[in-house]
Amino acid sequence: MDVRLSAEQRSLRESAAQLVDRLGPRSVADLDDIDRRTRIEAAIAAAGWRELRCADKGDEPLASTVEVAIVAEELGRGLADTAFIGPTLAAELRRLAGADVGTSTEVVLLSADLAALSDGEGSGIVMDGEGASTGLLQVRDRLVSSPLPGLDRDSVDLTRLVALAVVTRASVVGDLTADRLTQWNAFGLAIACADLVGVMRGTIELARSYACTREQYGAAIGSFQAVQHLLADAHVALEGSRSTALHAAWAVDNLAPDDALAAAAGAKAYCARAAMSVCETSIQVHGGIGNTWECLAHVYLRRALVSADLLGNVGPSLQRVLDHRLGAA
Amino acid sequence: MNFADSPDEAAFRSKLRDWLKNNTPKLPPSSTSDEYWEGQAGWHQSLYDAGFFGLSWSKEIGGHDLPVVYEVIVDDELAAAGAPPRPSLGYLVLGIQQHGNDDIRSRFLPGIVNGKDRWCQGFSEPEAGSDLASLRTKAVRDGDDYVITGHKIWTSYSDQADWCLVLARTDHDVPKHRGISAFRVDMRQPGVQQRPLKMINGITREFGQLTFDQARVPAADMIGEPGEGWKLAMTVVSHEREPQELGYVSRYRKTVKELAHRVADAPERFDREQTTALAWAMVESEMLRQHVCRRLSDRLDGLVHGPAGSVDKLLMTEVEQSVGHAAVSIGGASYDGDDPTWLNVYLYSRAQSVMGGTAQIQRNLIASRILGLPAK
Repeated sequence: MDVRLSAEQRSLRESAAQLVDRLGPRSVADLDDIDRRTRIEAAIAAAGWRELRCADKGDEPLASTVEVAIVAEELGRGLADTAFIGPTLAAELRRLAGADVGTSTEVVLLSADLAALSDGEGSGIVMDGEGASTGLLQVRDRLVSSPLPGLDRDSVDLTRLVALAVVTRASVVGDLTADRLTQWNAFGLAIACADLVGVMRGTIELARSYACTREQYGAAIGSFQAVQHLLADAHVALEGSRSTALHAAWAVDNLAPDDALAAAAGAKAYCARAAMSVCETSIQVHGGIGNTWECLAHVYLRRALVSADLLGNVGPSLQRVLDHRLGAA
Repeated sequence: MNFADSPDEAAFRSKLRDWLKNNTPKLPPSSTSDEYWEGQAGWHQSLYDAGFFGLSWSKEIGGHDLPVVYEVIVDDELAAAGAPPRPSLGYLVLGIQQHGNDDIRSRFLPGIVNGKDRWCQGFSEPEAGSDLASLRTKAVRDGDDYVITGHKIWTSYSDQADWCLVLARTDHDVPKHRGISAFRVDMRQPGVQQRPLKMINGITREFGQLTFDQARVPAADMIGEPGEGWKLAMTVVSHEREPQELGYVSRYRKTVKELAHRVADAPERFDREQTTALAWAMVESEMLRQHVCRRLSDRLDGLVHGPAGSVDKLLMTEVEQSVGHAAVSIGGASYDGDDPTWLNVYLYSRAQSVMGGTAQIQRNLIASRILGLPAK
């Protein structure tokens, strides 16, 4: 056992960090900067990160889930506002269903609460669908692809397009067995955890730097123990989440599907609870300004809301853990 | 990046698993009965004799020179077999290793590792808890000896100990952190008295109160140089905050496994609140295992102790208290006096946010030393 990242993995993390630090939004106003958005979109497309789970030789993916998680974490930290999780989930679903490699503008359609792949009752929620042309969903044990209509631009998450899409016609692209769907859910949960870890890192740094500069009573508010303890607790929640998210990502490619799903669900319960609390703490540390549209703290919170819901929030995740462990007890 | 066993690790795991089949003693949890501590000496000897203790420590002191990640395997297998946790001595060994000279290391460490010498830790005092550096116990040079006078408190298992690692003031004329020295003091001498304190479960007597009245210790048994006791204490407490040094993951996972059995045997007897408490205890204890994997893997680059130990401590506290809540929720408070084990597991869990430096002190350390927040 040695869970340190390899040299290649560290350099992938470095590349993702540099990209998002250069092109990600630094302020809420930056979210409307079309020029910047075009550049980050082009940079991520050029990096090939959306194709990491496309089948390479046979049905093996180009990269491990750990590598996808490394990219997802950095993109979450930097609030990357271009599609990544959506196309990646679609590529993984196609690979598992034995379907041909799709386009990089294909995403997945989810149930109304984002907790599962849509079962094709005429509509679904597009996850991370910026620029998406088609969406994958399930019809019984078949994987189908449907063209997407123009989407409503209003999204709870200001960095990823999450919107309702009506499915008009669909074509079968592959078969979905229960095991394959289990693997896909484990994969999606693990990547959601990585995004949440990144979001926590980003918003803790935002709050930390604010606490170092904002002064009250003649001193930086970060010197007050009450504020220090809020941020210390946030840091602890982040570190526990990191450990559990790293294991979940490894488990996807190395454990039996049921065990991988239980590992991912446990990690998801932990990371989702932690991320909500950490994002709320960040708003609290920012005080009044943290409750205004112009502060990035709510952009992190909104992103966390979506990732926490993605493929099952705390409740369904705890239930998955219980079902798995009590079945084995 | 790999959480799985290497071939050597897998072979070790299977050897340990086989050995545990016939060598797992039936000791009660440490938190619920003094029998645990009495039986723990035999458990330590048995683990040591079979080659399963002190894996990452050097062969010179009785260890095995194996990579630190082997401790995860030990904790996994002890929990799975329902065995007691490994003795929590890592912080003592690492502290003496780092601060003692060759003579001290060769005289003190083998006995700690092989379990023949039992040590307790005389750090806290009635007037020096979180503010440890204000301790008042003093050591005065007298020929080849030092003479020690003062009081210690919260000393775990002082009644079973042969030796005490004592922090005492040897210099009153320097700033408080610099006037402290560390000694190994013989507990079996007329100048040492100890009185156990009953814990909140009403049963165990883990904490001891120590009185040193002209207790004598050879000057050669000072660990480190005069005035270096604070540095040693900081090394010891920083490792004492790490679940990887304490072996507590196996304790938590064993409890969770037992609770899961209770629920699986009769699921209809438990409501959603109870099963939710159990699910969180499962999630939390697995989180700590993965966290220990991460922290021990980082050590493969070389041992460092630093402020991250405070993060470990708070995570461990969160886990112990989550497991404690599940224990009392599922096991019940034993109003009929039937089985108080689970109530006691819960009551004991409250100490985790105090011992080894309170949760508030850990947050202060994280704020200043990790987050770099400004001082007042």
